[in-house]
This record gives sequence, structure tokens and C-alpha cells, in this order.
Amino acid sequence: MASNKKYWKSVEELNENSSIVETLQQNEFVEPIPTDEFLGDKETLEASSTTRRDFLKYVGFTTAAAAAAACEGPVIKSIPYVVAPDEIVPGVANYYASTIADGFDFANVLVKTREGRPIKIERNDLSKTGGVNARVHASVLSLYDNNRLKAPLVDGAEVTWEEFDTKVAQKMNEMTGKDIVLLTQTFASPSTSKLIKEFTAKYPNVRHVVYDTVSSSEALEAFQSTYGVRGLADYDFSKAEVIVSVGADFLGDWQGGGYEGGYAKGRVPKKGKMSRHVQFEANMTLSGANADKRVPVTPSQQLQIVKALTGNGSTSGLSEKVAEAVNNAKAQLRNAGANGVLVTGCPDVSVQKMVLAYNQGVASKAMDAAKPRMTRQGNAAQVASVMNGILSGTVKGIITVGVDPVYSFPAKGLKEAYKNLEMSMAFSMKKDATASVSQLVAATPHYLESWGDAQIKKGTFSLMQPTIRPLFNTRQFQDSLLQWTGNSKKYYDYIKETWSTVLGGASWNKTLEAGVFESTADVSVEEVTASGEDSMESMTSNGAFAATSQNGGLELTLYTKTGLGDGQQANNPWLQELPDPITRTTWDNYLTISKADAEAYGLENYNVANGALNGSKVHVKMGDVTIENVPVLIQPGQAKGSVGLALGYGKTAAIQEQMQTGVNAYALYQNFSSVQNVSIEKASGADHEFACIQLQNTMMGRDIIRETTLEIFNTKDVEHWNPMPMVSKDHQEIPVTSEDADLWEPFDRSVGHHFNLSIDLNACTGCGACVIACNAENNVPVVGKQEMRKSRNMHWLRIDRYYSSEDSFDSDLAKKEGFSGLTGDNGSLGGFGELEDPAANPQVAFQPVMCQHCNHAPCETVCPVAATSHGRQGQNHMAYNRCVGTRYCANNCPYKVRRFNWFLYNENDEFDYHMNNDLGRMVLNPDVVVRSRGVMEKCSMCIQMTQKTILDAKRDGRAVKPNEFKTACSAACDSGALVFGDINDHDSDIYTSKNDNRMYHLLEAVGTEPNVFYKTKVRNTKEV
Amino acid sequence: MKKVIYRNLSTKLPYLLLALVLTFSTTSFAQDATETPAEETAPATSNGGDAAVGEKLFKANCAACHKLYKRATGPALFGVGDKYEKEWLYKWIKNSSELIASGDARANAIFEEYNKSVMQAFPALTNEDIDNIIAYTYTAKPEPAVATVDGEGGTDGGSGVSSNIILGGLAVIFALLVIMLFLVNGTLKKIAAANGVEYAPKEKRTPIWKAFVENQFMVFVTAIFLLLASGYFMYGYFMQVGVDQGYAPVQPIHYSHRIHAGLNQIDCKYCHSSARKSKHSGIPSLNVCMNCHKNIAEVSEDTYAEGQNEYGVDYNKEIKKLYEAVGWDETTQSYTGEEKPVKWVRIHNLPDFAYFNHSQHVTVAGVECQKCHGPVEEMEIMYQYSPLTMGWCINCHRETNVNLQGNDYYKKIHDELSKKYGVDQLTAAQMGGLECGKCHY
Repeated sequence: MASNKKYWKSVEELNENSSIVETLQQNEFVEPIPTDEFLGDKETLEASSTTRRDFLKYVGFTTAAAAAAACEGPVIKSIPYVVAPDEIVPGVANYYASTIADGFDFANVLVKTREGRPIKIERNDLSKTGGVNARVHASVLSLYDNNRLKAPLVDGAEVTWEEFDTKVAQKMNEMTGKDIVLLTQTFASPSTSKLIKEFTAKYPNVRHVVYDTVSSSEALEAFQSTYGVRGLADYDFSKAEVIVSVGADFLGDWQGGGYEGGYAKGRVPKKGKMSRHVQFEANMTLSGANADKRVPVTPSQQLQIVKALTGNGSTSGLSEKVAEAVNNAKAQLRNAGANGVLVTGCPDVSVQKMVLAYNQGVASKAMDAAKPRMTRQGNAAQVASVMNGILSGTVKGIITVGVDPVYSFPAKGLKEAYKNLEMSMAFSMKKDATASVSQLVAATPHYLESWGDAQIKKGTFSLMQPTIRPLFNTRQFQDSLLQWTGNSKKYYDYIKETWSTVLGGASWNKTLEAGVFESTADVSVEEVTASGEDSMESMTSNGAFAATSQNGGLELTLYTKTGLGDGQQANNPWLQELPDPITRTTWDNYLTISKADAEAYGLENYNVANGALNGSKVHVKMGDVTIENVPVLIQPGQAKGSVGLALGYGKTAAIQEQMQTGVNAYALYQNFSSVQNVSIEKASGADHEFACIQLQNTMMGRDIIRETTLEIFNTKDVEHWNPMPMVSKDHQEIPVTSEDADLWEPFDRSVGHHFNLSIDLNACTGCGACVIACNAENNVPVVGKQEMRKSRNMHWLRIDRYYSSEDSFDSDLAKKEGFSGLTGDNGSLGGFGELEDPAANPQVAFQPVMCQHCNHAPCETVCPVAATSHGRQGQNHMAYNRCVGTRYCANNCPYKVRRFNWFLYNENDEFDYHMNNDLGRMVLNPDVVVRSRGVMEKCSMCIQMTQKTILDAKRDGRAVKPNEFKTACSAACDSGALVFGDINDHDSDIYTSKNDNRMYHLLEAVGTEPNVFYKTKVRNTKEV
Repeated sequence: MKKVIYRNLSTKLPYLLLALVLTFSTTSFAQDATETPAEETAPATSNGGDAAVGEKLFKANCAACHKLYKRATGPALFGVGDKYEKEWLYKWIKNSSELIASGDARANAIFEEYNKSVMQAFPALTNEDIDNIIAYTYTAKPEPAVATVDGEGGTDGGSGVSSNIILGGLAVIFALLVIMLFLVNGTLKKIAAANGVEYAPKEKRTPIWKAFVENQFMVFVTAIFLLLASGYFMYGYFMQVGVDQGYAPVQPIHYSHRIHAGLNQIDCKYCHSSARKSKHSGIPSLNVCMNCHKNIAEVSEDTYAEGQNEYGVDYNKEIKKLYEAVGWDETTQSYTGEEKPVKWVRIHNLPDFAYFNHSQHVTVAGVECQKCHGPVEEMEIMYQYSPLTMGWCINCHRETNVNLQGNDYYKKIHDELSKKYGVDQLTAAQMGGLECGKCHY
């Protein structure tokens, strides 16, 4: 039955003459639809004759046309050389030996070039100085930095070099008789030193001052006053049986770094012996993480400890535990005699002297004072006086070379004072903070575009050679000096001339090919500086070492991170995304604080819903300097009463927006002392968002990393400390690797090559060089901080870091074994929760994890399109073009090593890193595909490299030589932790390694039979 | 966009139709292939030598650096006997350096003019030989046969334009015929009607299409057939997407592999040298071309004529393009330094995700270039001979035995593997040549 009922929506409708009702009935929508917003101009829209139907026709037609057109490929043009250089064969890589000497990192390298462009940095095996760290590996990307200066500037405008030279000559004339400071980085270069001397001779009003952004001035002073040479004692830790370090992160950047190679050699147990390493430190550093015994102490305590260890003081006042540790260390050092070595990072001349004296006194085999390192030459006192001169106006002109004092020197008003200088000139690769306030900016080339030489260690010389023609209109500093001193030579000829004394008749070309040369020729690189003992007095009494209890503050230790170092390469996305080995945090610096202190200040770290880490922020105050909103990261192992903050972040000049991360800690780097007294205050506002790559910090009693002590290793059977997991079959315990326990048909792998990768957990220091090498070799994309936070990192190789929850991993295991029942005191429910928390001073272990290339790979069986399959040579292949992106494989992988391309990471403005510009893309390896969106990728065990090795052998008609096979990570490893090879070749190192009784597979019990194996970590826990 | 011959039948349909039309046409088009041979011109002056013998000697000894009418490395030699007296020429040819050293003004002048390039000494040539050569140098420049050849080129029956015209003409004729038939039919009907001729009216029958529609079985069968047929063609069409077999783009310089690799028998790897050691075969850089083309500024007359007639290409102009690109000044015989790199159109394109290494196939396996690239020595215009599909690669890997000759790399692995598989000779596939990761990484 139809209803005649009428429904009113409002009382208004009762009024029949209501105009509102009338209008509303006419209009379907109460408010006009905002078509303008998405269709643009309304008028033109109405004027257009295109109807909706026409529009749809056009859309349909263009779609069809585009689809049809897509069926035909684009025309590809190939442009060969007109005159091909003899040494370039398209498709074949060339290697050139060179040297990086950027003032912070000094290392001998091999540069791999393809079609004339450098694409990768590798270690130079002929070099003995090491130091090819993550930053050096990443330096190739800094060559292709879009933010580099493209031409010299005069008052901010680009000019030609002729105009620039005229301007400089004019300026130098004007400045005659006025004080000009040539403020340079450390070059450690015989030729450059000579050249600077010639320059200062021509312009006597110019004086040369060396500025190390991160100073080792105290150690230099101490060494100079003891040995008469301005250098740094060199250490070979492989020769030491007992290593005691007080605040020296020698596996990091302490005194230039580069010591991990020797250290790792001594750490691998040989004939039942390995070195013993005791570390006293405030921040958790790489050295502390690798130490057998780590004692967290504040910097002021460190001072006392050194004194006690060297017999210049006592342990009174230290806590009982620390005092005991000090006494034990002292006893061990005493017993070791010449086989012991003591190092310290205390920024104090007298302490440094004590340590030198101690090592000299016991004639430590590890210390080499006869041939010191030349990689730091800076004089803190002189730099300070120059800066004061600028501020007060007594210094009239300044020329900076490779340094950025406006960014890195902590003096208020320096920028303004800089502008008042009569002459300011900067030699720089970028328009950095200093260059942007300088009148004259000389654009300098990258080291891969330059000639040069270096004496990294006395008697060890090396050459730097260009591997690409300068990308921009740049001229290197030395060539400029030659020009201005009226020397018509090129710097190349100048070096050759200098080297005639070095070479002593040896071939120049051969040396250039090798890159390194050892010579006894006495070529000085150090600047003649008056021993500045008096000037250093102020450093020791700067109050940093005063007991903190007096003012209630915290002792801050400034350090440099593995990724950014002193901050020169802050615009390098590889380094920004390299996780810090200890905190596993990317794209940030932060204040590390102990848990106890954090609780006291009400600071917290917590995980949000998607697992990412958030943390409180604080204002850090020191005198009249305040750094606001510094994120706080609770660091297990941080000494109570101390905090740490990394230098090198917080750059804002000549740096891409995404890379402007962190805070500038140089503001706190007063008097070039890495130790400062600060106070902190919790900041209000939203918490900081960290981008951590690893959120699980402990192993919770599992044996992901197998550990034992040297004592057990030496005395007990392998079954005791490295047992094979057993499974039960027919109520019989059988090893998981036995054929009976196997689901699959056996496959004979003894034919041909069978690749394995060995990872020695004793040798791995966690330095991260392999991660960057892998990025470079395999075109691994950079995803940025936000994606990192969502755990969508793309690194094929990660270095997991685990903390122990109890005092040691052993006690974690014991605790887990001791669980009984679900609840209660020993219940597993609460117990596992407790195991998730790292201890206040945990044991630390590193474990590089990449695709394990399982012989029984779980990923292969679940792929619906067979995109991932197994090769006979042991590699797990991944055919990207076949992958449809179901991600089943990643779900089924027990090792979490597969990476999914959630987005298109190249040529995508959302990911504006090196793959999004023509310059940055030059670094890509042409032998490896750049993956697209929606496909899975993972470590390929560098199949392009193994295939190349095989092909080279085939072409030469020979068998592959033992140890010829390499992967990017194994080639990059300075410490020899990663060894790659063919286990069917019984002469190779990998075969020996595989049969070593320390060998185990990750998650062996799963039965995946990986082709990557680890070697049990052995700790030398023996006290006295 | 590239144009590619489709591999399936549908694309050949127009050709079939064309053939059909041509068989019906009774007219035959004989190709007029007359060619006036260049007239032999007698030597202008003779100085007692035998020009025929001289020609042989010239080609054997002098032609590398000298041309008759044109400056090359050395001066043009036409009528050289008029410029210098014989005795001087004897001395010069037998040992030019000696003559220059003796301080002879003319000798030094010529030495300076030609960038101090020393002419090889020919002490073996007798005076008589030299006379013969001089006699040959008086051979007058043949009147360009080119002009006549040019004229013929236009009317040549082989070109596309003329056949289109013929086809168009034929179509018009056929259309006229059809119209005429209808007209005749109509006229005849009218005449018949006028004359009162009665013809039985056609029985009304069900039209065939109606019958067809009513026959459900037929409709069903036809539908199935059409579906299958369209499926077949669709499959064929989609399978050729991205397969560029037969792709023969127009290149910026008309480079004839037929002449270089075929007629002149130049080894492929002379120019594509990186095929031996690199993944790329490499497009030769222009300095490689100049190794020969410094001296070859013009092709022989026969070759030239052939180029004009058969391919419509002026080979000499193409060589000029090379000179322009590389910056070679013919008159001064030197490089100007102005380089214009050639933008060749790449023919063989493998996608990024497929890794292919030439040296593996060329040097290690010893595969002939022709196996994949086809009869390059017969190709006037280079085209893609093989489909370059994955199936094509795999097939070859399955069928090809690994070449072990004198290669120590294979010794151990081959012994072990052949024992395992129980065969004497292993194929590339058995060596692992079918594994995904060998080509995709």
C-alpha cells in the first residue's frame, strides 16, 4: 500500500513559500562542488567545447595509443669514441693505485674505473698502513656530489681562473706586510710541504698553520717532546699480547685509525694463544665492544687510571670494582712486559707522555716510535691563537685549505669576524660555511681528480693520481700555489721532482702503478713548530677533568662516528645511511647516556607501534654555549655520569636538505678537548624519531653468536663449546646435518666450484667497511631516514650487534636454561622479558649477516614463479626480471636477509639521493642491474665477481688460482674476518677455514645448510 | 620508434595479396639493365713505356700513398713526367732521402710540402719499370661514368616508388573494367527489355548469410575457429613485442659490412677488437676506421657504380662523412681536431637484466660471429639476424658442446662432470649454462 505520508526534513518546509526550500530543491548539493580546485580555471572550463564524452574518448584513445606505442622499443644511440684511449676497453675495468689524504682519512687505495669513471674504492694489498674504512670506501660517491663547486668564485660570482688569479694577485699586493694565515688541513705530503714553504718564502707575511678539525694535538705534543718529531707513534697490535686502552678507540678514529688489521690478527686464537684486551672508557666504542674486558669509567677517572697503570698514581678513590680491574690490568701488563702495550685517548699532554714513556720503558714491541705516523700535524694552540686573532682583528687575512673553521671551530661571532677580514680565501670542494663567507673561493677537485703524494708513516710514501678528468672547472690547491709563486711547472712534474730523492733511482712508473713506496730517504712532511708545551698547559687545566660531583654536571666525551667522521662527507647518502656499529642508528647523532642517568633525568627511549624507536630530547649546556634539542639515546655500557656526542653532524651549508641531520657538536669542542663538562636539561616538545636498523638488542640466550672463552677453547672438546645441534629420529638423537635428518635428496657438490664465505667473529671488529663496499659494488639504493624507520632498509649486508642481558652472554644462556615454568621468579614469561633488556655494561658481539646461500634454501621452495633458484656453485640466484613481488621468500627466510623494493629508488624525486641525478648515477656498477619497484633483492655472493674470475681463468686457459675468488665484502675487509673462496679447491684458505673446529652455521638446527659459515667467538677472559 | 618485421603470418598478408595481383596481370616488366661501360681512354702521351705493365707496378708499389688525380699521402701523379725530368724521377724513386740529403731544391720543396713524410725507397725498380709507371700516369681521367649511371638509377624497376605507380595503374584499370562490366550489363538489360526478351526471374532463395545464422552448428564452429585464429595471431603478436629480429635502422653513415667483411675480407675482430676481451663487442672508434681510410678516400669505380645502382648510396660521400666526423682534412692530410662523434643507432639491444659477455663466447667458446649475427659479410645494411630471445639463447646452450681444446680451466671440472652424466662431451647447459644467475644479476 502506497503511503501518502509526507516527511519533513525541517520546519522550514512547512512554509510553502520558503525560498530556501525552493533553492535547496533545485540544487542537488547544498554547497557548490569545488570543481575549480581540481579542474582549474572555471571560465576556461566552461568555454571549452570538449564535452565529458569527448574527454573520455580522448582518454581512451591516448591510453590505447600509449599501449600500442609501448610495444615498440625506443631507439638507442651508441656513441663510440672518436679516438679511443689505448687503455680503455669498454666493458673492462681498470684499476689505479691512489691515496686518499683528506686531512682526516689517510689510506692507500685502488680505484676501480669503468669506461673512464671511478666506481669503487678497494684496498691496496701492497699497503701496510691500512685505514681503508667505510668513509674511504664511500669517498667515490663524494666525487659525484651535486653540491660541489663548479667554478672559482669571487664575491660569490663564478669567474674564470684567469680572472681569479688576477684578483688574487691584486689582493696579495694589497695585503703586503699584513698578517695572513694559511690555515690548512694535514696533508702529510712532502711535495705540498715544500711548495708551501716556497709560497711563504715568496710572501713572507703569510704564515702556515695546520688545523686538524678533530685534533690529536696533545699526542703530537707528547710525541714531539719525547722524540723530537711531530708525529704519532704507530702501533702494531698484532705484536701485543696484552692491550690496555684507556679511552682510546683505536678501532675507531683514534689518532687517525687504521689499526683493526693488526688488532684482528692478534685476536684470532693461534696455537691456543690470543691477545688480551682490556678497555677503560666512557662511551661504548668499537674498541670497547671488542675488548675482553670493558670497564666503564668517566673521563676524569681515566686520567687517574692511566696514572695508576703507569705507576704515577694510585687507585684510591676509584670504586672497588674499577680499582680491581686496574690492578689486574696493571699486573697483566707487567707480566707481558715488552709484549704489552698501553694506549690512551685522554686529551692531556702529560698523560700522553706517561703512556709513551711506559711503552718505551717496557720496550713494547707493538709501538713503533722510530717511524711515526704523519697523518696529524695540527697545532691546537696555534689554531686557537689564529681564531682569536680573527676575532680581535689582528689577523688581517686568511686562506683556508680543506678545512671549514666557520663550521667546526667553536667560537661565537667567528662568522661575523670572518666577514670583516681584509682578505679571506677558501680552497674548498664545496661552498661550505667558510667558503660562503669568504671573498675568494677556489674550487678544488676531489682526490680522485688530483695528483698528490703522501707520507702516511715515516718512510712509507704513496702517490695520488687522477682517475678521471676534473668534472668541474676546478684547480687543485698545489697548482694554484705553483701559479702564484710564478712556477710554470704542473704539480705532477713538481711531485716527480720531489720524488727523485724519495725514489733513489727506482722507477717512477712502477711506483705509480704500485701506489706505495718504502724509502729511507729523509723527506720531512712535518711543519716546524715550536714544541708547544707551555701552550698546552691550559688544555690540561681546562676543568674537564675536574670531578663532576662538584658541579653536578656530566662528563661529555666527543667522538667521531664510523659513518661521518669529522663531517667532511656529510653530503654522502651512503655514509648517512650506514648504521652506527654500536647504536645501529642511521641519519643522526645523539647524546648517548647511561640508563641510570637517563632515569635520573627522566629521559626515555621507547618503541612506537611500528617498532621504531623514539627518544627524549635535551638541551646540552656548557658555559654560555647551549645546543638545543639533542636527542637522547640510552646506551648500554655508557659510564654513569658521562655522556657522548658525535662530531661531524649538523652541517647546513652546501648540503642537501635530507642530509642536514643531527646537531653540530663542534660548538662544544672547546680548546680542542674531546672531554668537556656539560649539564643537560630535558627539552619539552615532541620526542625525537630515530631510524634504527636493529631493534632487537639481545640474543636472549640463543646461540646466534657462539661464544666461548680461551680457557674452554683450549682445554675442552669441540662438542662442549661448539656442539652440533641434534634432532630426534625414531627416538634416536642424530646430528641435524646427517642425511637421515634431511628432507631432501642429497646433491653432489664436489664437482666444479662451490663457494663458501667464512666470517670469523674473532676478527670482525664491526667497522662497517664491508657494508659500504657492498653498496658500491651492488648498486644498493639509499632509502632515507623515514623508510629506514619503517625497517625498509635495503642493505644486502648488515652487521648485527648484540648486547648481553646479564653480565655476559654466558650468564644469559644460564639464565634461560634456568627457567622453570611460565610464571614465578624463574618463570619464562617474565624471564624472557628481562632478557630483552641489555645490561648496564654488557658484553657486545658483532655478526655480519648477509644471504646465507642455503643449500636447502627455504626461500626457493616457496617462490611461485621460480624467481629464486639454486646454482651448482652454491649461490642462491635471484632473477629480478622474473620476480613478481609476492614476498613469500622473505617471509620464509629465517635470516631476514631479503630486501623488497617498496618503491622505485632510482630516478624518483621522492628518493632524491645519488640515483636521482646524472652525476650520482655515474657511480653505478654497470655489471649489476639497478632493481625496480616491486622486486625482491638480496646478496648475490657477488656472482658478477665470481663469474668474472672464472671467465678470466677460462680466457687464459688456466685453472682458477687458490684464493682468487673474492666478493666485495671479503675484498674490503681489513681485518681478514671475511674470507671467500671455493671449498672444492683444497689449497684455498676457505677450505682450511671450513674444516676449522670453530666453524658453525647460523641457526644450524633449521637444517638450511648455508654456504656462509661463522667461526665461534673466543674471548680471552683470563684475569692475571 | 623502431620498425620491425613481424614474425607472424599476418604481416605477410599484404605481400601475398600483391603476389596474387601480379600473377593475374599479364603485363611483364622487363628490367632494363643496360650499362654503358666506361670508355677506355687511350694514354694522352706516351713516352715509350708500357702503360699496362706500368699499371700493375703502380698498383703494387705506389697506390698505397699516391693517386693519379688526387693528392693523398703523396702528391697526385697524373702527368708527373711533365713536371720532372726522368733522371730526377729515377733518383727520387730509387732513394728519395738521398736526394733530399744532397740538398736538391725541388726534392726538399716536396719533402716540406708533404709534412716531411719520407717516401719509401724503391731500389728494386729498374729505369724501365719507372718508365712504365710514368707511362701509366698519363692515363687520362676517365670521363665520369657516374652521369650515365645516375640517369639509369631513376628508371630502375626495383625501386619502391615505381612499383607503387604500377600497382596504382593496375587498380585503376581493374576499376574501369568493373565499371564497364556493370555498364555493359545494364545496357544489355535495357536492350533486352526494349526488344521484349523475357528472362526467367530469379527464384527467391534464403540468403546465404541468413542460412548461416540459422545453422547454429556453423555459427558455433565459426566462432570457435575465429577465436582460435585470433588467439593464434594475438599470441604471435605479443610474442614479437620487444623482439627486434630484422631491425635494420638507417645509420648516420651508410657503412657496408658487405664491402668490409665480405669483399675485403677484413676480420670482424679487427674492428670489433673488444669482443675478444670484454663483454661488449664494441662499436669501433673512428681512429680504427682511419687506419685504412687515411689512404682510401674513394672507392673503386666498380664499387661506386654498384653502390649507386644497387643501393642508391654514394660511397664516397659516406667516406666524406667519416672524415668530417673524425676531423680529417683531406687537402692537408692532417687532423683538424674538430671531432663530431657519430651517433650510431644501436641494433642489438639486450635488456639491462640480461648479462651477456662477448669474450666468453668469442674467445673461450670460439663461436663464430656469424652464428648469432648472421651473414654479416653479405649485409649491405646491418640488421638483427637472431631474435635474441631467452629461448634462443637457451637452445644454443643446450645444443652446443663446450670447447675444451687446450683450456686447462675445464680439465678437472669436465672430467668429473662427464663421468657424472656419462657423456664424452658436455654441453654448455650441463656445465651450468642454464642457471638463472649465470645471466641475470
